[in-house]
Amino acid sequence: MSELSDLSRRNDVHVMKPEGTEALIRALIEDGYEVIGPKVIAQAMLYEPYEAGETPPAGWTDEQDGGRYRLIARDDGKLFDYVVGPQGFKRYLFPPREKLWSAKRTADGFAVGRDGAPAKAYAFFGARACEVAAIGIQDRVFDNGEFSDPTYNARRAKAFIVSVDCSRSASTCFCASMGTGPAPEAGYDIRLSEIFEDGHHMLLVRSGSEAGAAILEKLDLKKAKKADLEKADANSRRAAEMQTRVMPDDAREVLARNMKHSHWVEVGKRCLGCGSCTMVCPTCFCAAMEDVTGLDPDSAERWRQWDTCFSVNHSFIHGGAIRQEAWSRYRQWITHKLSFWHEQFGQSGCVGCGRCITWCPVAIDIVEETRTIRDSEKTEALHG
Amino acid sequence: MADKPRLAVWKFSSCDGCQLSLLDCEDELLAVAGAVEIAYFLEASRTPPQGPYDISLVEGSITTPADSVRIAEIRRQSKAVISIGACATSGGFQALRNIGDYDEIVRNVYAHPEYIDALKTSTPISSRIHVDFELRGCPVNKHQLLEVVAASLAGRRPNVPNYSQCVECKRSGIVCVMVAHGTPCLGPVTQAGCGSLCTSCDRGCYGCFGPKEEANTKSLGKRISEDFGVGHRATADMFRTFNAGAEPFRREALRHDEH
Repeated sequence: MSELSDLSRRNDVHVMKPEGTEALIRALIEDGYEVIGPKVIAQAMLYEPYEAGETPPAGWTDEQDGGRYRLIARDDGKLFDYVVGPQGFKRYLFPPREKLWSAKRTADGFAVGRDGAPAKAYAFFGARACEVAAIGIQDRVFDNGEFSDPTYNARRAKAFIVSVDCSRSASTCFCASMGTGPAPEAGYDIRLSEIFEDGHHMLLVRSGSEAGAAILEKLDLKKAKKADLEKADANSRRAAEMQTRVMPDDAREVLARNMKHSHWVEVGKRCLGCGSCTMVCPTCFCAAMEDVTGLDPDSAERWRQWDTCFSVNHSFIHGGAIRQEAWSRYRQWITHKLSFWHEQFGQSGCVGCGRCITWCPVAIDIVEETRTIRDSEKTEALHG
Repeated sequence: MADKPRLAVWKFSSCDGCQLSLLDCEDELLAVAGAVEIAYFLEASRTPPQGPYDISLVEGSITTPADSVRIAEIRRQSKAVISIGACATSGGFQALRNIGDYDEIVRNVYAHPEYIDALKTSTPISSRIHVDFELRGCPVNKHQLLEVVAASLAGRRPNVPNYSQCVECKRSGIVCVMVAHGTPCLGPVTQAGCGSLCTSCDRGCYGCFGPKEEANTKSLGKRISEDFGVGHRATADMFRTFNAGAEPFRREALRHDEH
């Protein structure tokens, strides 16, 4: 990027008071968006619909580790000092269960109807850099020239993203080593960066699109100072430096050439095959079709619902399931995510959000397992 | 109406709760009655049995010599036998006696043990006859029950998954009680299907739907007993409830007994 365009972009940076989120959310609702943002539910930070007048919850942080998540209340009023919760925005663009079509028997055959509701226009408020990156990855899965998914694309085309930079990391975060965060470089309509120091609490506001700029017109903003930008940058740097988990640069190659490593069987002993990692992963896109008939013999429906490669049926073909053992299903998931995704979609399928680590009931760790295989590769070659 | 498929509902050793799940299909009950002739259903009518039957739903476990004879006769008279509920599919709660001293239990419970003519074990229907489909649950889920009946009538495989409760929780947007609250939960080794009754109320899963496919109870049992501080005794008890006789749960409970 040239210095000049960088400068002009920087000139676009504004600041607003933290209370300004109320006006921002209201402006989005007035523009016809269903705003989805963070809410505290069941002791976790979920992304749920906002009504006009609602604001993001203040004074929350979280502790995360393998198989452990705790949301913690504080009295400091910071808006975004927690990181990612159990659900990304995936469930809105790619719903867990969705009717694709229904069929009715007619006198001379059957008639098929696409009776899905029209696509909603969602505004995702508070998307972290890893989540913005994950939406970018799913965009390529659901619309890649070869395949195009109409229901995902209809919702995606209308979606608006308000991103937030992370100013701290959980122990499970590793976005820095995946190159997706802690601050987004693109993919947002509006980008917020929270500054909270020396008694100053404000939000840096940038637009990343025409739609974003149009919304900002409606808000009470001031030009940002150079010092504000520096503070925001320092926050992102600090978040990156906090990250203790680092995915090896060569994960793609390491996994691809170690398909017979003995460590797979070790992971298989711990893996519950519950599929939680795939359900919470913001890029996992597998779905199963379910054809439903009721007691009425003249009608049928086809539903699509989230599936997991940890179910035996996922690899079922004529004659039986290909991946019978738990370890082979774990290997399938991690090698697809970190290695074969590159061949399929030209990028990694992992954004480093760490959800699969936090939400694994037995704390299996995508970074740790990759490192174990990488670090024991040579001894394995000797003894294997 | 002679060409309507004939449905029978049979009871063995059980609490009747699964049969009641069928009656609980209030909105759909007329549709069921329209689609099939309910030929035998003591819980709902007094019509005496008269085979043959197209579909026999069987509730309860095999606990007496008489049960063994009767289930064989039901098999002979039925095109399809579908066992419903934890008792019929794993032996039920009463399978707890399989691990105790049968004679001692009978002596302790009954004033006149000599009148008791029971088997030393409580076992699933499939321990005696070929079963065409097993529907899990304590009790069964009414939507799954309707699905099994509808699928049988349509001649297709029922949409009844064998994967974990976790899949169901995550799809429903339920926050994991194990990870977020530290609540011990059998969901990761339990088959989905209940509609997330307990986890949606912030309770851990009790395993009413029995072990999921390839249930890794050893890994979960270790996590719960050691990392969650539940201890071996209580962990064994967790696995010994409605599906105590289901092999993965039975084995895991024994593993914790050994500590």
